[in-house]
Amino acid sequence: MKASLFLTCIVDNFFPDVGEAMARILDYCGVSLDIPEQQTCCGQPAFNSGFVSEARESAATLLEAFADSDYVVAPSGSCTGITHHYYEELFKDDVRYSRLARELGEKSYELSQFLVNVLGVTDLGAVFPHRVTYHPTCHGTRILGIKDEPLQLLRAVRDIDFVELPYLQDCCGFGGTFAVKMSDISIAMVTEKAEHVLETQAEVLVGFDMGCMMNIGGRLQRMGKPVRVLHLAQLLYEGMMNANVFAEKVSETV
Amino acid sequence: MTWETQVHSSRGTEGIRDGVPEHMLDRCKLALQDDFLRKAVRFTADKLRSKKDAVVDHLGHWEEWRERGSAIREETISHLDYYLQQFAENVEKSGGRVYFAEDAGEAAQTLLDILSAKQAKSVVKAKSMVSEEIQMNEVLEDAGIDVVETDLGEFIVQLAKEKPSHIIIPAIHKNRNQIRDLFTAAGGKNLTTDTKVLTAFARQYLREKYLHAEVGVTGCNFGIAKSGTLALFTNEGNADMVMNLPKTHIVLMGMERVVPTFADFEVMANLLPRSATGQKLTTYVSMITGPRAHGEMDGAKELHVIILDNGRCRQLGDENYKDILKCIRCGACLNVCPVYRQVGGHAYASVYPGPIGAVLSPLLNGGEKYTDLPFASSLCGACAEACPVKIQHHDMLVHLRQQAVGNHYPVAGERLMMKGFARIFSSSQRYRLVMDTARVCQKPLVRDGIITAKLGPLAGWTKGRDFPALAKESFRRRWVKLQRELAASGKGGQRK
Repeated sequence: MKASLFLTCIVDNFFPDVGEAMARILDYCGVSLDIPEQQTCCGQPAFNSGFVSEARESAATLLEAFADSDYVVAPSGSCTGITHHYYEELFKDDVRYSRLARELGEKSYELSQFLVNVLGVTDLGAVFPHRVTYHPTCHGTRILGIKDEPLQLLRAVRDIDFVELPYLQDCCGFGGTFAVKMSDISIAMVTEKAEHVLETQAEVLVGFDMGCMMNIGGRLQRMGKPVRVLHLAQLLYEGMMNANVFAEKVSETV
Repeated sequence: MTWETQVHSSRGTEGIRDGVPEHMLDRCKLALQDDFLRKAVRFTADKLRSKKDAVVDHLGHWEEWRERGSAIREETISHLDYYLQQFAENVEKSGGRVYFAEDAGEAAQTLLDILSAKQAKSVVKAKSMVSEEIQMNEVLEDAGIDVVETDLGEFIVQLAKEKPSHIIIPAIHKNRNQIRDLFTAAGGKNLTTDTKVLTAFARQYLREKYLHAEVGVTGCNFGIAKSGTLALFTNEGNADMVMNLPKTHIVLMGMERVVPTFADFEVMANLLPRSATGQKLTTYVSMITGPRAHGEMDGAKELHVIILDNGRCRQLGDENYKDILKCIRCGACLNVCPVYRQVGGHAYASVYPGPIGAVLSPLLNGGEKYTDLPFASSLCGACAEACPVKIQHHDMLVHLRQQAVGNHYPVAGERLMMKGFARIFSSSQRYRLVMDTARVCQKPLVRDGIITAKLGPLAGWTKGRDFPALAKESFRRRWVKLQRELAASGKGGQRK
């Protein structure tokens, strides 16, 4: 099976470890990966701010990049969400692009969706002996429609001490440019979210969207609280390393 | 007096509308400093949310109820002209009079005309958001007519000379001490902060008013087209007093408030109280068809129904916004909104706060002053998820933003930045070049992998959060090596 990685600009530039974890997990699952060059950003910063033509210019790079891909997998529910929910409308005046937009919507997945729903994988053999809480980010759940796929993956992790986050469904206040333009409201929101994370006494906060994770993580850091903030791919990959699954695999093939 | 001191003031004597900052963000900044307000909003929102969840679970098949509710509202607004005409005809057949008002001014004038024909000097009113839209209390007071809010929350807000901060719980922002002070100023003697004492005062005060008022004004939750029936959901019994004791009953309703039949109304009766207050049913559901008929024991002798457009009609033809007319004013979107939760209703400075307000206020007549409301949202979609008739608020907020940008709303700086964004992100070569340059340029700002400097657009972020530095190497660059490694020893491609 072949799949293309949709890196998202945030992971590509700020969190390459997330990209590596995702690539290694998918490779472990037997998926052959490529990263089409043209992709830049889904265009959401412009789109959500009301700048349609600017969003289109950036979004077009994705349509070109993934035109020939069988599957597209991204470490983000939000960036995948916009391609599913808004791209067709965004390109409704362009015959080729609206077709590519529809096709992209049909073949693109957020990582946990791809693992659970396409590959049928929930247990990656990971061991993660830490207290963990999980924030289901809004665009992934409400716009893209991620359900309990991340939880299915987390439940299969050995030795994990999972604790539910209070008010988990409430937005962390990221909202892209909202976090900067309406920063006072955004900071009030993320402060409440950070307080809920601290209530759980978790060592690790996990999620599937790095925009939201860097918002909550940045607030926790500013509050001087040593909670590790990880992408789901990072947690799973670290757990797989803990369990030596990659070493086993090498010995199998040798 | 500043807005902030007014919010803090327990017996504000000036209108909260005066001296309100022009921009939503500035109003929010003030609200964010008001710990009492924020605590009160959180407390009430939490209570309403958990009650709603429980009562919805108990009913079961909630998603199907929402589907049905959404379909009924869609059918209604798609044929609004037909149902509205049917409704008006049936109201008149049953002996009432119907007036269509194109805007707030016309509705207020119609109201004044009826009051002057009745030589009314005293009016009692039960909760109505449309009455807020047409600024009824101010208009009547200017005409020298005494008007009293009879819904307890609205009564408190009226005494404080403020505006409701929640469409269902108007005095969400007031505590019992403040209420005792307001009631004492209104003539209460030896009042304590005990709920019973306070409600007893309100009851006694309002009874007098019911008995002397010539006219009662109410809103209307639904108008049933097939029979011309007006339906109201209330909890305090005040609306029944308002409708029955004065000789004349005037109903203010938004033009989208109709449903075709009683069967459709039944679905709404299941959705509305559950979504609004987490009740299976409100204490009272009042339905009136026409004024008091010959031989009947109660009811007003005259019934007038004023139906308000005020910009609603304009939305009917707009695919992007017409669904906002599906709204049944339950307030569920407010109770789940993470922005409303932090800043409360007054920060919206409009009749309708929260997600419904951020969409509706800019669309109604006079909406220009609410252009910035749609920007005060993280677009999290909690409102759409909670909406009993499945309105997709976040899509409308995005459209309103686009419209604002089309109308030259944002400051030049953002426009320029977005042009830059498009220029950089439309080409992967430029994108990589810019990121590589930024990686070098950020060096003076980075300490331990984070940036805390309050610079340019980053300032909003770093004011309350650390910002991650760009990684030393992008993932793409790392991929060059990783790809070779995986090709040599990975399992990629083994899965068919």
